[in-house]
Amino acid sequence: MIKRLSILLMILASAVVNAQNTTSPQMADTFRSNGKIYVVIGVIAIIFLSIVCFLVYLERKLSRTEKRMQGLGNTQKNRVTDTSQGL
Amino acid sequence: MKHFYKILSVILILYTLSWGLVNPVPRLDILNETIRNVYYHVPVWFAMLFMMSISLIYSVRTLGNNKMVHDSKAFNAAIVGFFFSIPGLLTGSLWAKFTWGTWWTFQDPKLNGVAISILIYLAYFFLRSAIDDEMKRARIAAVYNIFAFVMMNVFIMILPRLTDSLHPGNGGNPAFAKYDLDDNMRLIFYPAVIGWILFSYWFFEIKNRISAIEKNLYD
Repeated sequence: MIKRLSILLMILASAVVNAQNTTSPQMADTFRSNGKIYVVIGVIAIIFLSIVCFLVYLERKLSRTEKRMQGLGNTQKNRVTDTSQGL
Repeated sequence: MKHFYKILSVILILYTLSWGLVNPVPRLDILNETIRNVYYHVPVWFAMLFMMSISLIYSVRTLGNNKMVHDSKAFNAAIVGFFFSIPGLLTGSLWAKFTWGTWWTFQDPKLNGVAISILIYLAYFFLRSAIDDEMKRARIAAVYNIFAFVMMNVFIMILPRLTDSLHPGNGGNPAFAKYDLDDNMRLIFYPAVIGWILFSYWFFEIKNRISAIEKNLYD
């Protein structure tokens, strides 16, 4: 009897709970809905591609130096410092 | 073609950078959108671990056949790995500021482990610069590298899982894999890991070529 009453009481109590979070977590839906997220993506892609371009530039410079070293051969090591590459 | 992996890495990272911001993710309190940091913060650490493994492999090879080229590759791999730990630290710190409420904490075992591992590898670099004789340096540094790698794994992977931590995957928390890293996120997370690992290998290859040129110049 007491058991049934207490169970009923608990079920009724669920109607008045106020401390629970009913709103879902806040996300960046605004940015996605008005399309501005693609601006963010564009910015990030530009930054990353600039870094990649710098890496490719490094690669090309390295290849040039390696070819130059092969051309000069190992006997002329002291003369390698003469070849100026400008930048 | 020998540049294929570089192009692949750029494509994969671009994919994760762009799609990673719009793909549907679980909506969780506290994390909110920052859960997307999983696509960037974690793969960078994976790249570091990968580079340190490469360093270990070349260290063992140095001990095996005493060739200087393996020693220089071991050193280069450790350098690249070390430099990949810096964005890992910075991104983790920024993420922690807005989710855990602090830039750094000494209460988290993984953060402590990472700090210790970085100091261990810093000591590796100092050890190398302290020895003049080439062959001696190579062998001693190789032995230290093996210990350093083991200790890094202990401090970063093993110890944090044995105790309480806020870091997902450690302590009492179910790993990100359990309910946060759902299939939508896996679509971006796995390519990100592969992309960043390949990207770090590109840095390693460039560093090797520079070392080879310098060796030719100054020998």
